[in-house]
Amino acid sequence: MKQKFNIITSTCVPLPLENVDTDQIIPARFLKATTREESFFGDNLFRDWRYNADGSLNKNFVLNDPIYSGCILVAGKNFGSGSSREHAAWAIAGYGFRVVISSFFADIHKNNELNNFVLPVVVPEPFLQELFDSIKANPGTEVEVDLPKQTVTNKATGHSEHFDINGYKKHCLMNGLDDIDFLVQNQNKTEDWEHGNKVC
Amino acid sequence: MNKKDVKVVSTPLPHREGQGGGSTLFDKIWDKHVVQKVEDGPTQLYIDRLYCHEVTSPQAFDGMRARGLKCFRPEKIFCMPDHNTPTHDQDKPIEDPVSKAQVDALERNAKEFGLTHYGMMSKDNGIIHVVGPEKGLSLPGMTIVCGDSHTSTHGAMGAVAFGIGTSEVEMVLASQCILQQKPKSMRITINGQLGRGVTAKDVALYLMAQLTTSGATGYFVEYAGDVVRNLSMEGRLTLCNLSIEMGARGGFIAPDETTIDYIKGREYAPKGDEWDKAVAYWKTLKSDDDAVFDKELVFNAADIEPRITYGTNPGMGIGIASPIPSEGVGLGFQKALDYMGFKPGQRLLGTKVDYVFLGACTNGRIEDFRAFASIVKDRQKASDVVAWLVPGSWAVDRQIREEGLDKVLEAAGFQIRQPGCSACLAMNDDKIPAGKLAVSTSNRNFEGRQGPGARTILASPMVAAAAAVTGVITDPRELL
Repeated sequence: MKQKFNIITSTCVPLPLENVDTDQIIPARFLKATTREESFFGDNLFRDWRYNADGSLNKNFVLNDPIYSGCILVAGKNFGSGSSREHAAWAIAGYGFRVVISSFFADIHKNNELNNFVLPVVVPEPFLQELFDSIKANPGTEVEVDLPKQTVTNKATGHSEHFDINGYKKHCLMNGLDDIDFLVQNQNKTEDWEHGNKVC
Repeated sequence: MNKKDVKVVSTPLPHREGQGGGSTLFDKIWDKHVVQKVEDGPTQLYIDRLYCHEVTSPQAFDGMRARGLKCFRPEKIFCMPDHNTPTHDQDKPIEDPVSKAQVDALERNAKEFGLTHYGMMSKDNGIIHVVGPEKGLSLPGMTIVCGDSHTSTHGAMGAVAFGIGTSEVEMVLASQCILQQKPKSMRITINGQLGRGVTAKDVALYLMAQLTTSGATGYFVEYAGDVVRNLSMEGRLTLCNLSIEMGARGGFIAPDETTIDYIKGREYAPKGDEWDKAVAYWKTLKSDDDAVFDKELVFNAADIEPRITYGTNPGMGIGIASPIPSEGVGLGFQKALDYMGFKPGQRLLGTKVDYVFLGACTNGRIEDFRAFASIVKDRQKASDVVAWLVPGSWAVDRQIREEGLDKVLEAAGFQIRQPGCSACLAMNDDKIPAGKLAVSTSNRNFEGRQGPGARTILASPMVAAAAAVTGVITDPRELL
């Protein structure tokens, strides 16, 4: 779970669809677990696209196509819209993805990925299109995601882009730290705030 | 994280540096709740109210146990099961063992951590976004979060309310705070007067179609204008509920007399002197006349008709009599139409409907049942339509019976089920079968949302009622 992040170079799994919502990433009927077993959620990532209604593999879906592999998912814009379910991020992490590249992420899902040490990388639309094209032309296309330098590079074309991440979260990802320890250690600040404000 | 790793700058930061003008209400509420700002990082925001339901909380409680933590402010946290609850025989144990385990886990966790819990069959139980406002737990000026994207609902009370993930639920359990980037602010003004048969749901569906499901991503939306001012609290709750479907973190409406009248006398509303002080404060909660928003959009009520969706996201919507667009933008248009079994340019009036669902945190309130009843009164449910009418809470159920709406509905061939999220996301047994077409008052028409293979048309309670009595997509204005 708390994997330290640095530079990742990998082939990619392309999902050139827009508005992929979290109900597709993990359908509601798989939200009944009371524990955080990533393998369970990973096994059911994109469940209803990955499997036919009779339970057989949908050979047309990209996760079932052996020519695509790697720990980077490349998706169309507005990835992770809809439900706030963090189970979607657990499923992505549980399947083995460590990076999701898209031109646009839904807010809550983006936070959920970051809180699970999956890096959402926002790239310009032309870069995304070029990347889809490169992967289509050669499924072996590698992408390098350099968190320290905040760059993402399509190794097929050499095209590189800067991506944004705030310094705090970058520090957390590179050091395997999360927000809860920070907040607990700052409880005195919270108490100060409570003293200074009429609490509703 | 160790303190030494992270720099904290003085608190709170002046908002909107470099911009002139007054403050938005969003700025005022947000900035008041800033505990500190992490340098080159998020804001530590104080949270007045955390709601927990059974689906997105168990792993957060597990995390608390693993870290050996107790809840920092347990009195500010309210728990209730709603997603898994059956809508019949709630007095008996839940048949699905997995659902039962999740509902039981919430009760156990609430007890262990000392939190208020409204269990199934408790008179206080219901959908968390229906119960919060009706008990007076969600109040103007508050910050409110829940592990549920429809937490935006509570914005109707004049609160900054937004959905969060389970890790963030754990943050609030542990510290009553959350680390967040401050969203940008948007104002959506809707001028004019809504026509007959046009409801808050239609306004929201119209906005989603205009903005798309990502048009408000990164923003907090303030709704304003005559249409919004004239909405009842129930209508406002519906409008704010659907903010997330435009991608917004939340949406809210500045409190006014409608808000204050609604809150007065509710169980958790301030009482006596505290009430007077609270009202005086709430009356200050509005955007300054010269407030600067990051984005302003203005719409006209005359452009809004009763609406339906035709695709597989809530932004794929049309006026009820309009054709489906002949071509769509984006990579999902044809996939969506293939899933729904519709064609570009097709009109949906007269399309046969298999299921009707009235309920959810979007449209499970008393006004929604009144609207539905007003259409079906003295008519009969179409014999080949299955209709599920699910009150949003036991309080709504009680009011339905007090007003005699149950008699109207029963005379028309409808039964009222027991409260819960129900077919909105089909975590209980209320699943629309594969291939069946449902007109639903809920909030999402995603593939499989109401059950694997289910096809969903989102609409208002009036459109749902018109479909229920005619068996086909029907303009409710013809039945008024």
